[in-house]
Amino acid sequence: MRGIAASPGIAIGKIFIINEEKLEISQDKIAEERVIAELDILQGAIEKTKQEIKSLKEQTGKRLGPEQAEIFAAHLMFLEDPEFIASIKSEIKKNKLRAEAAVARVADRFIQLLATVEDEYLLARQADIRDVGQRIIRIISGVGWKSLDFNDKMVIVAKELTPSDTARLNPEQVLALVTAEGSRTSHAVIIARSLGIPAVVGVGRELLAEVSNGSEVIVDGIDGLVLIEPSEERKAQYHSKIKSLAEEQQRVNSYQDKKAVTRDGEEIKVVGNIGNLTELEHILARGGEGIGLFRTEFLYLNREQPPSEEEQFSVYKLTAEKLKGKPLIIRTLDIGGDKELSFLNLPAEENPFLGYRAIRLCLERTDLFKVQLRAILKASFYGNIKVMYPMISSLEELRAANRVLENCRQELSAAGINYNPGLEIGVMIEIPAAVVIADLLAKEVDFFSIGTNDLIQYTLAVDRTNERVADLYTPYHPSVLRLIRQTIDAGHQAGIWVGMCGEAAGDELLLPFLLGSQLDEFSMSAVSILRIKELLARWTRKEAAVLAERVMELSSTDEVRAYLAKSLR
Amino acid sequence: MMVRKEAIIKNKTGLHARPAARFVQLTKKYQSELKIICDDREVNAKSIMGVLSIGAVKGKKIILVADGKDEKEAVAEMVQFIEDELSAIDQDNLAKE
Repeated sequence: MRGIAASPGIAIGKIFIINEEKLEISQDKIAEERVIAELDILQGAIEKTKQEIKSLKEQTGKRLGPEQAEIFAAHLMFLEDPEFIASIKSEIKKNKLRAEAAVARVADRFIQLLATVEDEYLLARQADIRDVGQRIIRIISGVGWKSLDFNDKMVIVAKELTPSDTARLNPEQVLALVTAEGSRTSHAVIIARSLGIPAVVGVGRELLAEVSNGSEVIVDGIDGLVLIEPSEERKAQYHSKIKSLAEEQQRVNSYQDKKAVTRDGEEIKVVGNIGNLTELEHILARGGEGIGLFRTEFLYLNREQPPSEEEQFSVYKLTAEKLKGKPLIIRTLDIGGDKELSFLNLPAEENPFLGYRAIRLCLERTDLFKVQLRAILKASFYGNIKVMYPMISSLEELRAANRVLENCRQELSAAGINYNPGLEIGVMIEIPAAVVIADLLAKEVDFFSIGTNDLIQYTLAVDRTNERVADLYTPYHPSVLRLIRQTIDAGHQAGIWVGMCGEAAGDELLLPFLLGSQLDEFSMSAVSILRIKELLARWTRKEAAVLAERVMELSSTDEVRAYLAKSLR
Repeated sequence: MMVRKEAIIKNKTGLHARPAARFVQLTKKYQSELKIICDDREVNAKSIMGVLSIGAVKGKKIILVADGKDEKEAVAEMVQFIEDELSAIDQDNLAKE
């Protein structure tokens, strides 16, 4: 059976089924004089439920972290919802229902209410209301939870795992999770991922019909497969898969302290993309040779005033110092359009990706831009800092930005403030127009960094956050590969170096193509670094160049992908 | 007396998901009866389930109503939340991405 691969890893073990228990609820009407007693019972049960959820929240928070406990805060909110409580009371008073029947009816009604809007978030809240309702009903009717104690480690199978179910499981006894319903954002899945427990969800209704307690199963959380009563052959196959996964992890980890070198010993610049200082630590821990993209937006978000020169200076200086002479490329503010800043008060745009953002905004709001450039210049005195402008589409923009920078230099010189006069200036190549005029841009900058995320979006006219067209978004499209090549060649012809800071730089399949196309610097998020270092060690530039030539001759995305997959070493 | 005021939802998420929870947190402290009206539907502004169910998405006009001792303050704070804090929550989400 196939489901959604929700948490990676493979497990082989015996099944333990958690059945949905149907609670018997009497719909008998109560006598008028019972009303007050039922209301008291309800009140008591709600208080007790709150206590239980609070202690679950505390335990989960302590064991797994605040993010994992957040769901129970939502449960408490439902218990404190005045409409919810008032509606239950009114069912008891007006319709003379027993307390548990009133809870069940009102919970159902609210679930229906949220079901009118189709939305993943509301779908999850419906499950929460059901979970809370069940908990109150259990307390009122004195039906305890079925014990989930078992001795061996088991594979848990259920229709759906509510947060309450999940909290009752001892993670040490859980080999894997499999559910008929659920999504990648279910509470149980979030917990499984944080504990490294493999999970496959959304397998479908037939799941429970086909499993029985104690039967053997293979759960493949990488490919989303559930294999019931597998053959000995299959089991052997998966046992060796488990072993090789563990070995691969170990091998990849061994690259932590190794330099990024090709098989014939050429050192390659593998650097990191960061958006805050925590991520810097992750890059350094994996042996990143610097920072190829420092997104500065985090400094500006969630505040009423833009960050001062002093504040920015201290962040840039600290980052550069932590890098101990390794390069730090600071990208100037890339905001506007769909990323709003409250203090800018920008009106919403019809087409934010083609709108007022990044350098376009900075060149108009030179007050903001100058503060950032002055801070970068001042920090450049204390480390190996370079500056990079985003969203450049013309020479005019580049020159205008450089004029503002020059202006800042003069101000600092006049005030006798130190900065690095040789600060390297680069542009992000992320708009097709910039690729087309790359030869012209290259004459006026020190480096290029190809921003593939936007470059792909603008080249293929695909908004990758739009699910309907997301599968058209691909770095393997021949047009994208040609643009990458063109940029690298134009840069090299003008004698400047060319890096890449989009996600494509950490793409395993694309790596030999980029290496063979003579890319000088690979900048990626921390998770990709070790794997890329490992892959680099299997190639020489010469071999990769042969592959790159061959790839340039291919005419479709499918051909490119297939060829690169075949060449993966 | 009763205080009524209009507001327009400007943020991407709307008055929904986490923002709805934050909104209900702030309404709880008022004694007045608080309501939100959206597309002719009226819900209790202190009820998380009510607020979630009205579908107040970006661009929707909503009316905030308060009736009681602290009605003025309540409406002012609700409007302020809708107009200012909601967009800050958007940025919060952006920062997490």
